[in-house]
Amino acid sequence: MPLDETPGCAAAAATRYPSAPMLGLETVWFQVAGSVCNLACAHCFISCSPSNRTHAMLDLAAVEAHLRDAEGLGVREYYFTGGEPFLNPEILAILDAALRYGPATVLTNGTLITAKRARELRALSDASSYSLDIRLSLDGFDAAGNDAIRGAGTFARILEAIGNLSSAGLNPVITVTEACTEAGDSRGRGRLLERLRALGLERPRLKVMPLLLLGAETDRTRGYAAGETLAGVALEEADAAALQCASGRMVTAEGVFVCPILIDSPEARMGATLAETLRPFPLRHRACHTCHAQGLNCRT
Amino acid sequence: MMGNPYVTQADSQVGEFRRAAFFGGVYSNHLALAAALKLARSLRVDAVFALGDFGAFGPHPDRSVEILRGNGIISIQGNYEEALSQAAGDCRCGYVDPRDNHYARLSFDYTAMKTAAGHKAWMGTLPRNLRMTLGGQRVLCCHGSPRRINEFLWASSTSDAFLRKLLDDYQADLLLCTHTGLHWSRFLPAEGNGGRSARGIINVGALGRPANNGRTEVWFAVVERASGETKVEFVPVAYDHAKLASEMADEGLPPEFRATILTGWWTTCLEILPAKERAAGKF
Repeated sequence: MPLDETPGCAAAAATRYPSAPMLGLETVWFQVAGSVCNLACAHCFISCSPSNRTHAMLDLAAVEAHLRDAEGLGVREYYFTGGEPFLNPEILAILDAALRYGPATVLTNGTLITAKRARELRALSDASSYSLDIRLSLDGFDAAGNDAIRGAGTFARILEAIGNLSSAGLNPVITVTEACTEAGDSRGRGRLLERLRALGLERPRLKVMPLLLLGAETDRTRGYAAGETLAGVALEEADAAALQCASGRMVTAEGVFVCPILIDSPEARMGATLAETLRPFPLRHRACHTCHAQGLNCRT
Repeated sequence: MMGNPYVTQADSQVGEFRRAAFFGGVYSNHLALAAALKLARSLRVDAVFALGDFGAFGPHPDRSVEILRGNGIISIQGNYEEALSQAAGDCRCGYVDPRDNHYARLSFDYTAMKTAAGHKAWMGTLPRNLRMTLGGQRVLCCHGSPRRINEFLWASSTSDAFLRKLLDDYQADLLLCTHTGLHWSRFLPAEGNGGRSARGIINVGALGRPANNGRTEVWFAVVERASGETKVEFVPVAYDHAKLASEMADEGLPPEFRATILTGWWTTCLEILPAKERAAGKF
């Protein structure tokens, strides 16, 4: 159980954990593809797969309603994830709508980014004064490393997506998790950047993410250990302000959650609308330890 | 203003102006600063303001500070002045990518070593935010944003909604900032009538390095309020950039920095750029 709490002592437990403040809503995430993905990566913290229907897709009308709310709350930027966002049949219309409100980033495994889709994304980007960013996941230097995590044949398909985006004049942010073990240190990062240049990205952009010990990752490695908790931790004001839950929320078809990580945790659902969720959040989940200890922020 | 946590006594108030010049990050480019000051005076401005980051990137940081202090330029702190005056270990620029931080470290270590103690102490006396009125408009000057000295307000990543919230929270009509090094301005759509309102943002750009556009000039902003309208003019400053590059070489500053001065294209600290601004550059 990822919640770090003593059964039967809820009131006492609530007082043992620090809370993240809500300093103002700046970043809104959309679980736009629900939990459906065309891949089933071995490290996925919400175990997305072709058959995972835990979270439904968001449709354009729902996204637009939340965008209107977000505008009134002064939101700065929008992120779209899943699952695989390009499985959502309305994804281009959704990105187009978002880009009327602010900058947008879409997180994708890239396998559905054809040359035509890349050109459509470029057109969306050109039509807005705000930035459209594509974050493309890769988990190794070669097919052997990547495909062990993301599935057979995916390395070649990701390279094809990189080529399609580059040809369309878009420079994706390559996102690598520490499942690619070398990515965590500076020498490994340097090698990875060299590799990306060799693969055709002239100006490689790179984000390295720590792993979350949730979902499928618990089978691949392990779950959180007993000591990996924020119980009894007194957060410095600056550390609390740096947490993504101090300025962000995640919209799903099932309601608004505290962050993109905890959508499988019912206690992390904070309301039906963004405005209902503008309050502090108690950091009782084991994954909160990763955000604090490793400085994880899902933003680019 | 009572009860608004965003409006504090620490904001310095400097009175009423009609037409003023605003300098962004100087980054030790003393030759551009001197040229910009001469140009601004020829443009008949009431006052000249500098919005922080006097050091970094360029040579001989004290020369820029001496021009600022010796010419009555009204100055606020940038992250550099905050860091230098507090003897911080780094520039607090707000970069997140190790490639950006590598060059930020080279800049800061050189600047910290070469800045006189008296100038560092002076930097500690400067306000973080500055309030004034410009033809009746409430103007708030800051370095990055009014809430964070090292926040990057780029054109393509600052939504209208976010800008409106900043202006509301900080009770300002016009927000003036720098920190990104790229100049831009935007006025919010007027509610109801389809035109533009008088409320907006001006990122005044930087004098320290060119605007990543293949031109060697650097930029500042002249802002005027007249006939009920706010006019923003971005002014290019040509200066002896070859001489600056030569001084940088003599001081052992990285060749990548000199290349930027000589070509007008940014070569370092690029990973912080949003997609649109990154795509507009060469590297």
